[in-house]
Amino acid sequence: MSAALAVEQLSFAYGDKKALDDVAFTINTGECAILLGPNGAGKSTLFALITRLYDTRSGSIQLCGFTIKKQPSQALSKLGVVFQQATLDMDLTVQQNLRYHAALHGMGGKLAKQRIQEELERLGMYERRAEAVRQLNGGHRRRVEIARALLHKPSLLLLDEPTVGLDVPSRQAIVEHVHQLVQQQKIAVLWATHTFDEIYPDDRLLILHKGQIKAQGTLDEVLMQTATPSIHAAFAALTQQGGRE
Amino acid sequence: MSFLHYWRAMWGIIGRELWRFIKQRERFISALVRPLIWLFVFAAGFRASLGIAITPPYETYILYEVYITPGLVGMIQLFNGMQSSLSMVYDREMGSMRILMVCPLPRWFLLMSKLIAGVAVSVLQVYVFLAIAWGYDIQAPWQGYLWVLPALVLAGLMLGALGLLLSSFIKQLENFAGVMNFVIFPMFFMSTALYPLWKIQESSTLLHTIALYNPFSQAVELIRFALYGQYNQTAFIYTLVAFIIFMSAAIVGYNPSKGMMTSKKGAE
Repeated sequence: MSAALAVEQLSFAYGDKKALDDVAFTINTGECAILLGPNGAGKSTLFALITRLYDTRSGSIQLCGFTIKKQPSQALSKLGVVFQQATLDMDLTVQQNLRYHAALHGMGGKLAKQRIQEELERLGMYERRAEAVRQLNGGHRRRVEIARALLHKPSLLLLDEPTVGLDVPSRQAIVEHVHQLVQQQKIAVLWATHTFDEIYPDDRLLILHKGQIKAQGTLDEVLMQTATPSIHAAFAALTQQGGRE
Repeated sequence: MSFLHYWRAMWGIIGRELWRFIKQRERFISALVRPLIWLFVFAAGFRASLGIAITPPYETYILYEVYITPGLVGMIQLFNGMQSSLSMVYDREMGSMRILMVCPLPRWFLLMSKLIAGVAVSVLQVYVFLAIAWGYDIQAPWQGYLWVLPALVLAGLMLGALGLLLSSFIKQLENFAGVMNFVIFPMFFMSTALYPLWKIQESSTLLHTIALYNPFSQAVELIRFALYGQYNQTAFIYTLVAFIIFMSAAIVGYNPSKGMMTSKKGAE
């Protein structure tokens, strides 16, 4: 297996306040990594660095072998992102939003049309392609955002708390869909969440606290490392000093 | 990245901006109403009190409405440039800017495409305004309507780049009201849009100097001359240089290591 994402010795500070401190991990293709951490742990900073919204000053981030700082275009072409904030254009239709994204990734009309149909059908949203995004509920908007993030067939999908504010069925649908993608398409996923029931047994856990990776491995490995009976207890043990809020 | 990728991305950005503009009818109407009020009300009211001598590019005595029309064209572009930057700040707050910034193209190219998209919208507004003005008997030679196009593109680029530069410094939407007071109004009133330079000089040497070096004045003069089929080289060079300076500074402002995002704190 090759690394879809390799983070090495990554540190970042806002002024003299450290947000990330010597973070290192890799995610291989076909692997779903769940990033857990309390508020202020450094999750959003980590995502901002991987998506190059911030510049990497210390350490390195590689996407499919391309260093984000030196080869940003190649690296970003391998990346699909669903941000925590809604980023769809409310006044445009589902299809127009996706076409815009396809254009940004250099897809021609025919290919874009085909990929939009494939991804929307997979998420059960194709019938609603002509509707304005404003008319969709939160769960459906999230599905459209996931379809959009997958249009250009990325190797790594970043999900920044995509299920926040959704009802239980919508949340479950998204969790299942993403895990299916990992199994069937062999895509790598980095999923930031607060919710433990989104974790599947095969997922890799990364527990971030105060800018440091406190534990990583499968659920069983993390439980063994922390000598705790459940993920709730393990998480509490690793983050008991409290977040930075 | 291939040329085709750049081409498609640029058209994607322009298409989105034009479509949004067409969908937002209030924006279209307000963009037109503002200069039309100046033309129909302000200019009509001042027609009698302001005599305009024969100065290039005009070859005869002209009415005040005729004089301020290029200034109002500049006004449309000035407001549009600021409106584009407002939408950038809005997009950034709403998150849709992230989608643009995360796509695999150089940031300068994305900003340039955004800028061109804004210029396309402003050119559309200007031609509708000029068509209404034509109906009001403010008519330039027909070739002027072709010559003015490149002038509009350059003026639009310069004013849009200024908007982009401002948007890279404005952290919140609320701060935008300051732009109106400290950028748009001074630029507009201290320029040749409403009164010719010689007239300003009669009343204040300082104001004359400011108006002379105000890039907006030069953009307006470029448009004014072009509308009458003439090329104003000074205005062209001045506007071009101002564009290059504003755009370069905006690119620096949007650089991930220098501008925009690095001051973000406490996002989590």
